[in-house]
Amino acid sequence: MLRSPAKLLQLFVTLVTCAFLFVPTLQSVLAGVTANYFRGLSSGLTLKWITEVWELYADSIFLSVWLALACLAVTLVIGVPAAYGLARNPGRVSRILEEFISLPLAIPGLALALALLQLYGSFKGFRASPAFILTGHVLYTLPFMVRSVLSVLMAMDLKTLEEGAATLGAGPVRRFIDIVVPNAMPGILAGALTVVTLSIGEFNLTWMLHTPLTKTLPVGLADSYASMRLEIASAYTLVFFLMIVPLLMAMQWASARASAKASKAAQ
Amino acid sequence: MTLILKNIAKTFPGGTRALLPTSLEIAGGEIVSLLGPSGCGKTTLLRIIAGLQTPDPGAEIRFDGEDVAALPVEKRKVGMVFQSYALFPNMPVRGNIGYGLKMQRLPKAEIAARVDEVIALCRLEAYADRPIGALSGGQRQRVALARAFAPRPRILLLDEPLSALDAALRTELRGELAALLRQFGITAIFVTHDQDEAMAIADRVAVMSHGRVAQIGTPEALYRKPETAFVARFVGNAMPLGGRIGKDRLYLPGGVLALAAPADGKQAFVRAEDVRIDPEGPLTARVETVTFLGTHYRIVLSGITKDPLHALHSGLSAPKTGETVKVSIAPEAILTLSAEDEKAA
Amino acid sequence: MPRPVFPLQRSATVTSRQFAGLCLVPLAVFTFAFLALPLVRLILGSAEGDAGWGIYLQILKTPRYLSALGQTVLVSLAVTAAALAVSTTAGLFLVRNRFPGRNVILSMLTLPLAFPGVVVGFMIILLGGRQGLFNQLLPGHLVFAYSMFGLFLGYLYFSIPRVLLTVMAAAEKIDPSLEEAARTLGAPAHRIILDVLLPALAPSLIAAGAIAFATAMGAFGTAFTLATDIDVLPMVIYTEFTLSANFAMASALSVLLGLVTWAMLLIARSFSGTTVAAGG
Repeated sequence: MLRSPAKLLQLFVTLVTCAFLFVPTLQSVLAGVTANYFRGLSSGLTLKWITEVWELYADSIFLSVWLALACLAVTLVIGVPAAYGLARNPGRVSRILEEFISLPLAIPGLALALALLQLYGSFKGFRASPAFILTGHVLYTLPFMVRSVLSVLMAMDLKTLEEGAATLGAGPVRRFIDIVVPNAMPGILAGALTVVTLSIGEFNLTWMLHTPLTKTLPVGLADSYASMRLEIASAYTLVFFLMIVPLLMAMQWASARASAKASKAAQ
Repeated sequence: MTLILKNIAKTFPGGTRALLPTSLEIAGGEIVSLLGPSGCGKTTLLRIIAGLQTPDPGAEIRFDGEDVAALPVEKRKVGMVFQSYALFPNMPVRGNIGYGLKMQRLPKAEIAARVDEVIALCRLEAYADRPIGALSGGQRQRVALARAFAPRPRILLLDEPLSALDAALRTELRGELAALLRQFGITAIFVTHDQDEAMAIADRVAVMSHGRVAQIGTPEALYRKPETAFVARFVGNAMPLGGRIGKDRLYLPGGVLALAAPADGKQAFVRAEDVRIDPEGPLTARVETVTFLGTHYRIVLSGITKDPLHALHSGLSAPKTGETVKVSIAPEAILTLSAEDEKAA
Repeated sequence: MPRPVFPLQRSATVTSRQFAGLCLVPLAVFTFAFLALPLVRLILGSAEGDAGWGIYLQILKTPRYLSALGQTVLVSLAVTAAALAVSTTAGLFLVRNRFPGRNVILSMLTLPLAFPGVVVGFMIILLGGRQGLFNQLLPGHLVFAYSMFGLFLGYLYFSIPRVLLTVMAAAEKIDPSLEEAARTLGAPAHRIILDVLLPALAPSLIAAGAIAFATAMGAFGTAFTLATDIDVLPMVIYTEFTLSANFAMASALSVLLGLVTWAMLLIARSFSGTTVAAGG
């Protein structure tokens, strides 16, 4: 397979890229379980740093999990019906609405956070509660949920399936529950995993929106990078990896499944 | 159930008139086919009966006398088989068939019993618990029919129910569908663009063209006594005999034919099976191509009229390409029709 | 004569349309309250300083903002070019060759998809920070994490997996018979790449490049972790807002940044839109 120098060069670039992306990941995993990073692995492996991270940052981890689940619930309640509404009204207005809700993907989180802060920052109860961060997370993740569900709905012959149910006596609500939601499930699942993954990792909005009492995992990470010793920062990053990597893998699996379903339905 | 349609028309928002005011009466238990080329309005008419499309104001749709035009589709109690079947991929066969009964809020035991009954009727026992994705095209077609029939609808509406299948299976299932519909004893309307299918299944066929019913009648009547050139062409592929008609004679480039009755101002047509290779015939033609089809030969003849004429020839041998042959057409086999709707076609 | 029937019928067909409309209400309410209104507030807020709407002119007249804008654009352009070059090379290699370990390499390359900017910043510190890998191997020489180059590497780290996946998805859709046709016509390998592969990939590359550029323009987490003295636009906005409490300027710069990234993504959308149309 390595017949030509061009191929060799391609392989070299691929491997260097791979090293660039993976070596620091590996470093942070090792640093998180090494007794003294500067003396290297010879100083022995330990779970001390992880325990310390847990003592210092358990609250932020729980808050992130809670926020991710709440964000999921809200995006499901808003996003799934919305995707159906958009699929059923494929017109200009829908296109504009879809484009508009996708703005948070285009506008930097920092700008969005400033916008939210300027409008709602003076509502003290709201500003100080995790609901304020939740708002930001929903804003950012909602387009992913809507698009994921919408793409599955658009790929199947939703109109005819619904007509079939209607001739059998099912009204609009029943059709939504019996036909639309079950058949959109691959898209809902892929969207759900994307929402949870993004919410747990969200930093740009969260950093501006958080208060000392509402620190999330990534906010805690930034904090540890700035003020803790390298081993603790690494151990915390390791904890984050342990949460996010399975989610990422599940998300990729679910997305591949959803798009396979969609392209199969489109045939 | 008897169906009475009065003044059903459909104008699309752009102003396109998909259906001109149409009236139709269908007796209880009758199976009627809406036959026509694509764009003739047949599917629009079917969807209006189902309640999936709204007709222009002034329409009347009566099921056993009750005007249902105001009822939404889910309240009309129609059974519909869709061209793509529209089976719910999230439910197994049994779930699909029982869905309409579930919507009627029947007790579970009764639903199960009735689903079993329909499954037996449609010979789907072996597939009852399979997911839809695991079925073949023909099986899906039967599930779609069973699902539409299970809630005991007042009328069964079928939109090109066989067109998603390949040709061989289509022919096979045609007979099966006809038998099942008769067994159901239900009033049924089915839409098709395939004349063989319409003739094999329906009691009466309504031939549609350009948003109107051109002719309605039994398959035999349509075939033997087409009222318009369009019907003659569409049902049984009648070919025009372009020539001059004088009293009871038809003067063609290839010779003169006798007509059964005077037909001044009309146009003459003939079907391939009525064009005979006959040494005593009055017409002279040149053989262009000969195709052997097993039971018979299809011979393309030139010189009789402007366009080549097809002849179905049975026998042990056929003339060769390039030969000159004599041809006869019996006077009663010549269809003489007014050509007026030909301009529209 | 059947007149009274029709108003009824209309309302009956609208029911299911009404339901579909109703489904959009929660989305519309949420988006209005938490996206539309805040953005309007942000835009109006930018004019609430002493300069009024002239603040946008002021940005162009202030060297600090101009140089920040210039630096942000430059580093984003560099990241875009590098990410495209690296990802296209690796992506085409991975699509066209099957070998043991390919899936492992693929997982390594896509793993960082889930890393937020802060974590990416930390990765760069682990490579090029004061206690980083390079500085450990060659002490005293190689601390680059806290410079513009560190930021460049961070953004590159962030962009490579995204661009790579886009390129690979597009490359897998290229009809292999195109390349076979070129080969039967006698085209050498490099001509096939230039004449067949790159033109087929072009829309995806433009789309992925626009996304990489927009992401780099607006990235905050990485810059925040690497911190200190890198003057890119998001950091300037952050300091204006938190340290100087200059809300109007922070808003104006945010509006400017938002417009640039939004425009870039519109370009990306229009190009990826055509690919989808051509592929379908």
